[in-house]
Amino acid sequence: MTDTTISMIEQYIATQVLKQPNRRIGAEEPLLSSGLIDSFNLMDLALFVEDTFGVRIEDTELNANTFDSLTQLAALIESRK
Amino acid sequence: MTTLPEQLKELHSRMPERVAVYLQFSGAEDAVLTYDQLLRGASAYAQTLSREGIRPGEVVVLILQHGKEVVYAFWGAILHGAIPSIMPFLTEKLSPERYRTDLSALISVTRPAAIMTYPNFEAEVRTALQTGDSVRSVIVVDRIVTQSETDFESLKGFQQRPKDIVLLQHSSGTTGLQKGVALSHQAVFNQLNSYGKSLAIREEDVIVSWLPLYHDMGLIAGFLLPILSGIPLVLMSPFDWVRAPYKLLQSISVYRGSLTWLPNFAYNFCAQKIRDRHIEGVDLASLRAVINCSEPVRWESHVAFYERFKDHGLKLESLQTSYAMAENVFGVTQSRLGSVPVVEEIDREAFMGQRVAKSPMDGHPSMKMMSSGQPLENVMIKVVDEDGNSLPESVIGELAIQSDCMLTGYFNRPDLTERVFKDGWYLTGDYGYLSKGEVFVSGRKKDMIIVGGKNIYPQDLESLTYEVPGVRAGRSVAFGLFSDIQGTEDVVIIAEVDSEDGEEQQRVADAIRVHVTKNSAIALRHVKVVGPKWIVKTSSGKTARAANKEKFLSELQ
Repeated sequence: MTDTTISMIEQYIATQVLKQPNRRIGAEEPLLSSGLIDSFNLMDLALFVEDTFGVRIEDTELNANTFDSLTQLAALIESRK
Repeated sequence: MTTLPEQLKELHSRMPERVAVYLQFSGAEDAVLTYDQLLRGASAYAQTLSREGIRPGEVVVLILQHGKEVVYAFWGAILHGAIPSIMPFLTEKLSPERYRTDLSALISVTRPAAIMTYPNFEAEVRTALQTGDSVRSVIVVDRIVTQSETDFESLKGFQQRPKDIVLLQHSSGTTGLQKGVALSHQAVFNQLNSYGKSLAIREEDVIVSWLPLYHDMGLIAGFLLPILSGIPLVLMSPFDWVRAPYKLLQSISVYRGSLTWLPNFAYNFCAQKIRDRHIEGVDLASLRAVINCSEPVRWESHVAFYERFKDHGLKLESLQTSYAMAENVFGVTQSRLGSVPVVEEIDREAFMGQRVAKSPMDGHPSMKMMSSGQPLENVMIKVVDEDGNSLPESVIGELAIQSDCMLTGYFNRPDLTERVFKDGWYLTGDYGYLSKGEVFVSGRKKDMIIVGGKNIYPQDLESLTYEVPGVRAGRSVAFGLFSDIQGTEDVVIIAEVDSEDGEEQQRVADAIRVHVTKNSAIALRHVKVVGPKWIVKTSSGKTARAANKEKFLSELQ
């Protein structure tokens, strides 16, 4: 389940945020602290996650302390389902 | 004619207990500052500057985030007669090394006598200092204690004259930080008077703002205008707003906000990202004007914003436009409050090819241009060609302005100041046209990229790519690409490498993305790494940004 979650988010980031459909993103690769995703895109990512997985992410959680990698984000989603 | 300290003192004597600023914080109660509290806090900062031996007329750089400290420090510098300049704070996105470089760039040209910051940032600031530079004092703000009353007699700012410089405004990046727009008391008041008149500012107004104070729109419209006009300001942090844009609408509803300013992208951002659950019961009927300013204005963005929030009492005619620049303190034009800005439908081909705005011929493709309004009463605008000759109505050229609120000059840069004036007219670097008294802004002469209202010099981004292994100096190009979805520009970087290998190019693209973002705090939308001889150069060997943009677009199709 987590693997599917990860690959769905990976695909979203590659196509919608980075505009590089072929770009692979490592499960542990830093997303926020590296600057790969900025604050405007982070908002989009949170909305995508809410709509796709039916979980809530509060605005106070939109920072690298809550999640910084695909693995951490997937774990957050699983914990809220 | 008066000065900022005199005006503040006058407001204080008339209504000491009136609220000047409501400071909002995420997860905490709003802090309230009355004029009396503001003056007592600020005068303690002024006394500190005096004790540290800072003289009136010297520059004080403020490295402070959203909070009481930045409000006190800014007004404290002014009450002391010193010249405040607010520098953006280091964010987690930007590398500390780059921040140090930027700060050094600012210090080298602006030559501040003091820097005010937090205790835990003092060490960081000191690393940017060099022996022999202008900074005599790094002042840590937590030791400054608010006074029990304001001792006006001792404040040196009351000796200031209207034509003295009162503050500096910088735009971002290494280039922007070396170009401080110096403004006099007189220029600020001439602006506030004429701009305030065009908005019909009244005592019942409440201004709500999330805009950063190191930017002209935030500093003038979202800080000086309310405080010096005696109307309350509700101020939130830009970092909180970007994570929770609905908070702006909640604050407007709670405080009955009547005026707010937004760059064009924020209309799209709010319309697309705000969830119903966050604005239940929010009422926007108190808004007299939501003013679109500081990047190209789009009718489509207004429509999207209106459609999203009309059920919350938002009136279509409250959506307004303005054309503004730090060199004129702020506003140059303002659309007429109470009616929808003028929108012209023009012929796309004539606009592109002949540089004329005219009605579309039958069946020809057209485009909608939204007016930025009419010149303020103290501003004259003309449209000129390359040689400075005036152009007729509806012909596109460079916008040139004259007013009684222009900058005194770029601080310590008389060479730059001289370059932007021609026969007493300030050349804005923006293209546009005039039609029936309305000003339409259509593009830029300079290669400047504007993302979310923030000006970015492409050469700063290009220089950063040269630091990435595999990219050679002079072999990259940066430009902006307007996105209809975002309502602002996306940043594109193209860089040449020796290798034609796809995987190697991808590796360099990733490295550029990370390095440029870390060192500019600008997220890149498209990073394209290409083989040798892709980039178009001019005959003199310079990179032709417009030609490369065209080539990039043609390859996308």
